[in-house]
Amino acid sequence: MSAQAKPQLAIATPSDREIVMTRVMRAPRELVFDAFTKPEMIKRWLLGPDGWSMPVCDVDLRVGGTFHYVWHNDSDGKEFGLHGIYREITPHERVVHAENFDQSWYPCDVIVTTLFTERDGSTTVTMTQLFESREGRDAAIESGMEKGVAASFDRLEEILA
Amino acid sequence: MELIGYGRGSAERLDATFTALADPTRRAILARLASGEASVLELASPFAMSQPAISKHLKVLERAGLISRSRDAQRRPCRLEAKPLGEASGWLARYRDRWEGNFARLDALLDEFQSDAKHSKRAKRRRR
Repeated sequence: MSAQAKPQLAIATPSDREIVMTRVMRAPRELVFDAFTKPEMIKRWLLGPDGWSMPVCDVDLRVGGTFHYVWHNDSDGKEFGLHGIYREITPHERVVHAENFDQSWYPCDVIVTTLFTERDGSTTVTMTQLFESREGRDAAIESGMEKGVAASFDRLEEILA
Repeated sequence: MELIGYGRGSAERLDATFTALADPTRRAILARLASGEASVLELASPFAMSQPAISKHLKVLERAGLISRSRDAQRRPCRLEAKPLGEASGWLARYRDRWEGNFARLDALLDEFQSDAKHSKRAKRRRR
């Protein structure tokens, strides 16, 4: 590993229904793809804040196959889950899945598209989270619930600056 | 996963904040109010929009708790409320923290797999 700058996480919001994260990983994309799709690897990094583990990580990686993650808080025993279904899979390149929390407050699924592109031995991971329907979101807004995370984070930061 | 630790009431409040912020006119109104309170008429003047259209935007902002309107007779000036914005930027900071934590763990895992792969290649070569 050469003394390169630490890779930075970039977060952008190209529309009011999308959040896009980009991060460079110093590994070939076959390995990075495995890290996103193989349970024995997923449960070692996709953990959120410290103190959480993933006792359940079921993955059926095929179009129409489902996944189910359950996180466990090691100090207070709290648990919560996320489930989803795979919609498109191009090995080592692209995965599209729909996901939702087991006890969700969202009115619709979130569609997550994960792209893996390799250059000079490093892999750029681009994850786009898209709220499934504007109708679903608008219906929620009109009902007065105003659900659906629809942010322009960059502009929010401008306002706060 | 990014909403761990928030109650539902709080998640709904954040959603209202983000929905309110998703519109460019409403962001411009907030930016204007950041420099001091203003009446509906004053807020409407930079936009090619009717006063009722601006009032509709103000209602969305008010419902999200991003602004308050004084009962001060006819003028009813609007004022920026900082608390929901603080919560939203706090949410953003935590969202970023969580994913930075995830990716840092992934860096370590990928390093481990790559050095294992090198070792096993070397071991194979030695066996030959």
